[in-house]
Amino acid sequence: MMRRLIIILASVVLACGAGPAAAERLVVSLSNHRVAVTSNFIGEELVLFGTVEPDPPTSALRPPYDLVVTVTGPRETIRTRRKQRMLGIWVNVDSREFVSAPSYLAVLSNRPVSNIASQDTLRRLQTGLDNFLLPQRIGVDVADTVRDEPFRQAFVRLKTQQGLFRESATAVTFLTPTVFRATIPMPAAVPTGTYNIDVGLFSGGVLVARTNSALEVIKAGFEQYVADAAREHGLLYGLATALMALVIGWFASVIFAKD
Amino acid sequence: MQIYLPIADLPVNVFLVLGMGLAVGYISGMFGIGGGFLMTPLLIFIGISPAVAVATVSSHIAASSFTGAISYWRRRALDIALAMMLLSAGIVGTATGVWLFTELRALDQLDLLIGLSYVTLLTIVGAMMIYESVRAILRTRHGMPATLRRPGSHTWLHGLPFKLRFKRSKIYVSAIPVWAIGFVIGFIGAIMGIGGGFLLVPMLIYFLRVPTATVIGTSMVLTLVTMASATVMHAATNHLVDAVLALILMVGGVIGAQFGARTGQKMRGERLRLLLGLLVFAVGCRFAYELVVKPDDLYSLRYVTGG
Repeated sequence: MMRRLIIILASVVLACGAGPAAAERLVVSLSNHRVAVTSNFIGEELVLFGTVEPDPPTSALRPPYDLVVTVTGPRETIRTRRKQRMLGIWVNVDSREFVSAPSYLAVLSNRPVSNIASQDTLRRLQTGLDNFLLPQRIGVDVADTVRDEPFRQAFVRLKTQQGLFRESATAVTFLTPTVFRATIPMPAAVPTGTYNIDVGLFSGGVLVARTNSALEVIKAGFEQYVADAAREHGLLYGLATALMALVIGWFASVIFAKD
Repeated sequence: MQIYLPIADLPVNVFLVLGMGLAVGYISGMFGIGGGFLMTPLLIFIGISPAVAVATVSSHIAASSFTGAISYWRRRALDIALAMMLLSAGIVGTATGVWLFTELRALDQLDLLIGLSYVTLLTIVGAMMIYESVRAILRTRHGMPATLRRPGSHTWLHGLPFKLRFKRSKIYVSAIPVWAIGFVIGFIGAIMGIGGGFLLVPMLIYFLRVPTATVIGTSMVLTLVTMASATVMHAATNHLVDAVLALILMVGGVIGAQFGARTGQKMRGERLRLLLGLLVFAVGCRFAYELVVKPDDLYSLRYVTGG
């Protein structure tokens, strides 16, 4: 923990908020910008620290503040399928394709997002799981649907069950009225790639400052090597696996051979 | 101890997977089968996607059947000529199976195909094995020999052209049923992630009348080659073989198989077949239950592209 704090202090990232009112500025720092997925990776928790600063320094602050941190993982296309009974058995009959949906989506705040700002504001800023844009391919068109559409609901629910989508109203803590801490959970099944962290500061239901940060999830060491080999040299990888099977099979018969 | 699987993209407990390998290996050694029909469902049960499970299990079966084949080779209980003949068709069957696997994965119906083929194959084969072994057990109770020897009985299969003589098995049959059996085993092996040993052995005994002495060894050679080639083809086309998972399964599997083989040799043949029949039938019913009963969640996700 102490080391983590030192890292945080050493690598304070300054980012200027381009909020509409421009009376506040957000300064945030992430405990770790790189999550390495190694063979013993079982998930990790990242910590984002930050303060609200007056900008320009002479202007007055307007607490109480609300903070919403939205973390989005690399985009992917996912098909959501629905089963229906046909001839007595359950078959996938219908599906929708979610185009470039975030593979990971965490909406972290200090209190429920629906209490932070009006529904219109949240919708416009795409804040909260319900308001996040999740375009579906419908025929040749790509469009987001109403938020209670069954496929969208199922998609969000399944991703939430996998621990990859979450909305937490307790993940952000204000240590003082202007200093905050957010914990970003990274479950074991977290996809690799670049993650975007969007931090939005609200005061009186209005977005007053906004800043960005990023982190990277990478496979490291042996995992990286195996995954690359499987993807880029499929045939060689297959031959190597088959050879491994033969060697182990032969080895066992030598060890256990009884004469 | 958790280990992260690079292709399946999830962490698993090493000892759990090793234990599964040991248990399935024990059963496979005992009955002289690959054990894929048990391993694939187990892997799906611990959260590995059906596609990765099917592709990875093929390499595990290759390892355990190679161990078996070596020991049968030492005892000269192996008909290489027959195995080669079955193989030439088996490879074609495997390639067709891998191709269909890829096509159906794109159509979202792979899970259904795997489920349906498990249900039909396992329940039918299981029921047949139970019926046959119970009759054999009843016959021994009445003081008669367990197996009825009907050396002169010929079916229509023996009337087909392209006859070949297999010296070690002491049979003289047409190449057509040999080819058909090889193709079917290779095909379903690739789709279901099973070696097909539990299908091949009865097929060789009942259709081709291969003597029991050479049948298991021969079936192991076929299983070995179809599963090794299925591993290579799955890796080359679908990139779904998880080498780390395969390694853990193999180590457990080959050790378990050695102990299983010792238990199996102490048991009477028809008892062994009854047990295997019950096991196969039970797994088939488990799959049938899943298809017929309303699933907990009607919706499921499938990843089309990553990143």
